[in-house]
Amino acid sequence: MVPTSHYLLLSAILFGLGIVGFVFKRNIITLFMSIELMLNAVNLAFVAFSQSLGKPYGEVFVLFVIVVAAAEAAVGLGIIILTARNRRSLNVERVDLLKL
Amino acid sequence: MTAPLLIFFVLATLAVLGAVSLILQRHPIHSALSLIVVMVALAGLYLLMGAEFVAAVQIIVYGGAIMVLFVFVIMLLNAEEEERTNFSKLATYAGIPLAVAMTGLIAAAIARSSGALPAPAPSGALTSTKTLSMLLFSEFVYPFELTSFLILVAILGAIVLAQRES
Amino acid sequence: MNEFLTQYAFIIVPIIKIAILVLLVLTVDAYLTWIERKVIAHIQARWGPHRVGPHGLLQPLADGLKFIFKEDPLPANVDKAAYFLAPFLTLMLALTSLAVIPFGPQRFKVLGYETHVGIADVNISLLVLFAITALGVYGIALAGWASNSKYSLLGGLRSSAQMISYELALTLSVVGVLLIAGDFSLRSIVEHQTGTGRGLLSWNIFPQFIGFLCFFIAAIAETNRVPFDLPEAESELVAGFHTEYASMKFAMFFIAEYTSMITISCLATILFFGGWLSPFPVTWTFTHYLPSVLLIPFGLWVIFDGMRYENLFGRILLPGVGTALAAIGAALIVFPMINDIVQGPFWFLAKVFTFLFVYIWMRGTLPRFRYDQLMSFGWKFLLPVSIANVVLTAVAILMWGKL
Repeated sequence: MVPTSHYLLLSAILFGLGIVGFVFKRNIITLFMSIELMLNAVNLAFVAFSQSLGKPYGEVFVLFVIVVAAAEAAVGLGIIILTARNRRSLNVERVDLLKL
Repeated sequence: MTAPLLIFFVLATLAVLGAVSLILQRHPIHSALSLIVVMVALAGLYLLMGAEFVAAVQIIVYGGAIMVLFVFVIMLLNAEEEERTNFSKLATYAGIPLAVAMTGLIAAAIARSSGALPAPAPSGALTSTKTLSMLLFSEFVYPFELTSFLILVAILGAIVLAQRES
Repeated sequence: MNEFLTQYAFIIVPIIKIAILVLLVLTVDAYLTWIERKVIAHIQARWGPHRVGPHGLLQPLADGLKFIFKEDPLPANVDKAAYFLAPFLTLMLALTSLAVIPFGPQRFKVLGYETHVGIADVNISLLVLFAITALGVYGIALAGWASNSKYSLLGGLRSSAQMISYELALTLSVVGVLLIAGDFSLRSIVEHQTGTGRGLLSWNIFPQFIGFLCFFIAAIAETNRVPFDLPEAESELVAGFHTEYASMKFAMFFIAEYTSMITISCLATILFFGGWLSPFPVTWTFTHYLPSVLLIPFGLWVIFDGMRYENLFGRILLPGVGTALAAIGAALIVFPMINDIVQGPFWFLAKVFTFLFVYIWMRGTLPRFRYDQLMSFGWKFLLPVSIANVVLTAVAILMWGKL
């Protein structure tokens, strides 16, 4: 069997990579995708603990996280579409002033 | 090197490569494709852990709906490759070491306390869909109904936001 | 050598099964194109291919050679990763979905490894099929976008939107069957339909008639066939999302479309029509001779038909095929053990080919939907009807115990 610490280490690495992507990328959509990567890393940790403890509560919570991520993606992408229309650019450095 | 460990390393390498590719690619559509690879690899890992329903939901919902939304928006907004500009020196020389340090900290904490984690179930016992659904409708019925309301609100919000001004 | 085979049998046996299945499916795909052209031609009062080989039977071979030798152009300014990935992805997903389909009831031992007729026996096989269908949207969306052409982009976006909309109705229309059978595994859904050996009457089609109609309509929309084939209609959008693809890559899209047709037909027979179960009650054992009763006259007819041909090719090929078929039919009568093994897959294939014929029949008969009609039909009619089917099935199970 694969020890739980392996899964948790992988989850930490993916989370760190998500943070790096969030800090360094300039395209709004890629930023958003890094957030989804972080959520996925957290899901992996949940399921790993659920398997290690033998209780199904982790998996139930993962289902809720996926649903919330879906809702967040829908609304977030709507906002991104509006922002892109107003500012004519997908570069996050151009969205740093309230003035258009 | 037993078979589960081998499969774990293959899938984990795939996930990490996908995540690195997400960061390094210039065009957002390639980043989206890399993220899909990560999600499929993670679904494989969930299957390895015995969470079959979660693996299927991950591919159907995350990989088949959310990422499709991302890909559609990228196509719709005609996103282009990022221009090459110089990163600020602070970000490069302080940011990357900080990120590595933080990941190393978490990794060290995990490795130090891995003895205290309970051992995983010996045969990789599968959580059946029946167990999950009984839980969802008995103990977690309140969050379940709340999330359905949340999705309704999100749908309405997305429609209102993405409308053209008429 | 024997020990090596026995130790690694859990890898070797599935690989052999995969090789056999892929070869069979590709051959069936090729001859499905022949059947389609002949059937549509006869619906339209003409002959279809009849020159290349007797009855045009070598037409798929000629088409395959054409695809191999044709020039494979690369349009300018395409996104190379997505352009090359899209046909591979579509073909890979279409072929992978065949891995979880059970073709017959037998379990047998090969090299000491117990296995069944089918490649993978998982207990979430239906969910795996839905997952693969969900990922199938990417092939088309990427193909449409990467081709750097207006027609492709419009066709790709419309087709992806259509597939996503009808995927919901597809998934919901199957929930009724899941409620009745109580399990995701396709094998156990078929075994549940054995009932009390009443044959046709215990299939899922009778409690779930609305579910079947919703499933079949949604499935036709998923596979982009007429009447839902606006994205690849020739008169509307040149050729939709595969305008800029030629030769081998177009052949991959083509094979993927026919393979997903086959998968949907297999799913429809498993979920609603009893899979490999015979429509006759179990006590009527004389119906076990039906395959022979069909094969022997057909083989004799093929032999007589070959005599009509003037060229030597028709005179050798057709009687050869006919003799082989008649011999198989006779062998089934003489060896009852082989007859029992053949029963399950025979009924399964018969039902699958009936569904494929219905698919082709619809292509020859129906006009196509306009895009807004298509979307409003999917969201405003099919989805509510599927949900109503789920609610009705659940209420019926609560009131009358097991259905």
